[in-house]
Amino acid sequence: MEQVIKSYEIPDSLPQGLLDRLRSREALLLLLLGLTVLINSLLSPYFLDIYNLADSTQNFSEKGIIVLSMALVIIGQEIDISVASIIALSGVLMGAAASFGCGTGTVVLVGLASGTLAGALNGLLVTRLDLPSIIVTIGTMSLYRGIAFIILGDRAYTSFPDGFQAIGQAYFFDDLVPSQFIVFVMLAAGVWYFLHHTVYGRRLFAIGNNPTGAKYSGIRVDNYRLGLLTLNGFMSGLAAIMLVSRIATARPNMAPGWELEIITMTILGGVSIFGGMGKMPGVILAVLLIGMVQFGMQLNNIPGVIMSIFTGALLVVSLVLPILLGKFFSGRK
Amino acid sequence: MPMLNKLIRSREGQLVIFTAVFFLAVGIVSPTFLSFQTVDSILTDSAILMIMASVQMMIILTRGIDLTLAANIALSGMVAALIGMYWPETPLFLVIGAAVASGLLLGVLNAVFIALLGIPAIVVSLGAMTVYRGMVFVLSGGQWVNSQEMSAAFQAFPLNRMFGLTNLAVIGIVLTILFMILMRHTRFGRELYAIGGNPAATDYVGINTKARLFAVYVLAGTAGGLCGYLWVARFAIAYTEIALGFELLTVAACVIGGVGIAGGTGSVLGAALGALFLGVLQNALPVMGISPFWQMAVSGLAILAAVIVNSRGRRKRGQQILRVSN
Amino acid sequence: MSQVLVDQETTTPLLEVKDITKEFPGVRALDGVRLKIREGEVLALLGENGAGKSTLVKILTGVYQPTSGQVFRNGRPVSYTSAQQAWADGIAAIHQETIAFSELSVTENIFMGHPITKKGGLLDWKRMNEETQALLDRLGITDFIPQTLLKDLSVAQKHLVEVAKALSHDVSILIMDEPTAALSQKEVEELFVIVRKLRDEGKGILFISHRFDDIFSIADTFVVFRDGDFAGEGRIQGVDEDDLVRMMAGRSVEKEYRSRKTEAGEPVLVVDSLCHPTEFKDISFELRRGEVLGFYGLVGSGRSELMHVIFGLNKACSGSMTLNGAPYQPGKPEDAVSNGLAYVPEDRQDCGAILPMTVGENITLASLSKITGGLRLKPEKENEFARRYASLLKLKAHSLDQIVGTLSGGNQQKVVIGKWLGVDPDVIILDEPTKGIDVGAKAMVHSFVAELVDSGMSVILVSSELPEVLGLADRIVVMREGLMCATLQTGDTNQEEVVALATGLKTKQDSSCPC
Repeated sequence: MEQVIKSYEIPDSLPQGLLDRLRSREALLLLLLGLTVLINSLLSPYFLDIYNLADSTQNFSEKGIIVLSMALVIIGQEIDISVASIIALSGVLMGAAASFGCGTGTVVLVGLASGTLAGALNGLLVTRLDLPSIIVTIGTMSLYRGIAFIILGDRAYTSFPDGFQAIGQAYFFDDLVPSQFIVFVMLAAGVWYFLHHTVYGRRLFAIGNNPTGAKYSGIRVDNYRLGLLTLNGFMSGLAAIMLVSRIATARPNMAPGWELEIITMTILGGVSIFGGMGKMPGVILAVLLIGMVQFGMQLNNIPGVIMSIFTGALLVVSLVLPILLGKFFSGRK
Repeated sequence: MPMLNKLIRSREGQLVIFTAVFFLAVGIVSPTFLSFQTVDSILTDSAILMIMASVQMMIILTRGIDLTLAANIALSGMVAALIGMYWPETPLFLVIGAAVASGLLLGVLNAVFIALLGIPAIVVSLGAMTVYRGMVFVLSGGQWVNSQEMSAAFQAFPLNRMFGLTNLAVIGIVLTILFMILMRHTRFGRELYAIGGNPAATDYVGINTKARLFAVYVLAGTAGGLCGYLWVARFAIAYTEIALGFELLTVAACVIGGVGIAGGTGSVLGAALGALFLGVLQNALPVMGISPFWQMAVSGLAILAAVIVNSRGRRKRGQQILRVSN
Repeated sequence: MSQVLVDQETTTPLLEVKDITKEFPGVRALDGVRLKIREGEVLALLGENGAGKSTLVKILTGVYQPTSGQVFRNGRPVSYTSAQQAWADGIAAIHQETIAFSELSVTENIFMGHPITKKGGLLDWKRMNEETQALLDRLGITDFIPQTLLKDLSVAQKHLVEVAKALSHDVSILIMDEPTAALSQKEVEELFVIVRKLRDEGKGILFISHRFDDIFSIADTFVVFRDGDFAGEGRIQGVDEDDLVRMMAGRSVEKEYRSRKTEAGEPVLVVDSLCHPTEFKDISFELRRGEVLGFYGLVGSGRSELMHVIFGLNKACSGSMTLNGAPYQPGKPEDAVSNGLAYVPEDRQDCGAILPMTVGENITLASLSKITGGLRLKPEKENEFARRYASLLKLKAHSLDQIVGTLSGGNQQKVVIGKWLGVDPDVIILDEPTKGIDVGAKAMVHSFVAELVDSGMSVILVSSELPEVLGLADRIVVMREGLMCATLQTGDTNQEEVVALATGLKTKQDSSCPC
């Protein structure tokens, strides 16, 4: 026993180099965002106009709101494919409420309540019956949108109270910033704080990395799952309010394909599809990046489909690049 | 009666019985439903879903998922439609060949990212589906190709008849049977079961996982290419949004057919029967005087019911340590 | 004693490993090891965890290629690049983690990777089933058939399928990597009958095990690795456990367990006639303050299932518990934790630790609310907390930010124990706390248990290692097939009595349950 290790005191962390920070996903997204802004401002003189820029946030903020909660859901090792259908269902129910002559407050309440209930049903099916969320939400995706179709068929509700329409059409700060973006920013700050600075956020990461281990550590895993999916429903209801009040229309086929766009943005933001990994700054940057690309394309009259090609390719490339670069770097070592 | 017992206990048997009972029940309510014509149209309507659900099943079996199948149908279908439009003299087999080749190419692309680079299938196919769908727009310039622009032969093939059934139905049934043999009686099929059941173990028994995965995504893409032509010719129209959301319907058919989403379990027959069940449902609703707007919600309920049944069946049995029963 | 076996036999060994070195980025897993496997001989390979045993197995079966050195098969230099090549050359391995496809049949498991096909390429199911049946007959297996699905077999039966699979390749060398780890004593005996049969058929067997009992009853010769180095070899006759331990650890490990300083106090946890519909029934015992209560039984005797109910992971169907005098009915693990009960599970990787997270995050996980006193995380307080338990347990990690999955098994276990000490429990349940960790870490855990009870905590120790239970526990509850056979004072009993009770040599009358 001549060599006794004297001290088992271990440091809190190893020093992190600047290079490590630069290699992070957030840095990559920030770089891409910078490039997008640069290219767009070169292509179109209208891009850097502060009013245009502020106005453009309206387009992505509705999806962005759901991306925030979707990030939490995916970090918790779940997924929710039913969000766009919840928007359609909440939208149609709000339209129905409005057509019965309900006031702004009631219509908003209907939107939030229906979204929350739809999310809670997802959550209950997943937790109480122990079903995989991907299949449950593929089912409820059909169910919720199907109910919207049963209610309304191929018609649309187009009359809403003035007060309600004001929600999605209002601008703040000298008519500069649309309400959608304000809601998005406030929620983003809240979710950021929740995920990275609270006890709940830490437990969520534990659940996402190892649900069984989390359960054995005395964490009520099912309550978190139920909460996450319910929150996602609530956020979808909120997005429905912002969307319906902006366009003053509710139809069963609204927000088509949003579920996959939202998941794409979430994963682009660095959330691992396997759960347990992801940072809010990355997710928010991904939303902004997609928003700015979209806006630039609009200015240059490029159709939205091209935008979706770009988004899809970006998603795949953002995952392939690190792998290829990793091979390249390790090959050189 | 061990055979019968086994049939009733298997998911496929249950599904056959359930579908048959449902079919008869609808027939009792509205007797016109019980006709060869109904069977014919159910088979014709479900053929594409049967083929696509079968290949989706193979992929889910390996713990993957292919969300690009619908976009593949749209893109390959557009390729076929454009060839048919610009070169109406092209022989039909070449048109179909072009659609199949386009599907194969898309399958290879998926396979490179998923099988070779090892990126999660759900993420790759999520990204790729929007890219492929966008390519339809680029190819067509956002235009529709409609029946006036398609040759008669191009349009007629799927609904022409062979052995008293439509070509579409025959292709659906023949491919399903081929896929069943592939999965049950070939080394390839059994190794897919092994890969899905215990991927970590495949190295030890000498299964070339990468090659198998590569092949299965290419196969799925190729089948998607064929279905692209069939879809466009059957409905006599091609545009960017055709088969939108169909990828999730293939997954739904698999779930109804008892395919385990965690990989390693399920059968081609189950997936095809799941597709058939959705076809029966789709044909039954109008007959029962239910508005077509109900169809989506009813399919949703069917998926939820199926997944609940699946999970009951797989409920982990206790270890049963106690030998003495109380 | 001689560290090198003089090669008295003139025959060429079936397999010889010479100076094999295997390097991974940053690690040298094997450093010039050697061994010889001879016909009709069982060679035991010993070494602590991390000694390089599994790496060598993977080299011999073509999964890894050596960095340097040479493998000789019947004197001829060979190098395999895949498992099939090794098979084709007569080497098969039964791996530590069972390589099985549970949804597939016995036949398919045996023929996966080398199926028999008919002309035209379709599989010949009939012939494969027949050949499987022949293999099962040869091994004398009658309790399952070729068409049985693997998920319907017990762990021991799955091992037999692996043996059959190896035989289907007509191998002459069989490598068994910890085949007995999850088997009961009876199943081990059954496996050994087959191993001896194969040995007598002239096969060479490389047998890897942590259990000295196994080695002394089955092996003819042994070889010891230490930290990737060759540490010694010889015949089993003429060595004892202490010699082997010394070679494995490079020092003699104190086998001295704790000396009891404290007298057990008042009852802390009282369990009365606890029943579970399928796993156990009529369990009653008392755990006193400052006591170590051992639970011994074969794997599958219901010990872990009982602990799951006490920790609130499962529910009992009848019976009652009191904790510190108050009625205790845990519905969820959180109830157990808030009542001062902690559980270190058997499955460290999946249930104990959150492997992808850091040391600090793991240690604080169960006590987050207590540390922060609210909702907001407080990194300084957390680090201070984690550091306290890390140094208490002499954790070896580069920092609190190290990912737990990159630590050795023993250190991972320390993290899990640290997490539970953090909640300051009255009762801590240790379920197989030293399973799969090396001798040094084991001793560490043992001395730690002693410290825990001295500080007034009560410990339930579930273990399959009899010396551990006998050495650490004050009293022992013996379980068999879901029933309590006996509660013994450690001082008044011996190894033979406990084993006899656990294996059912001594019968115990049946008990009843109202559910």
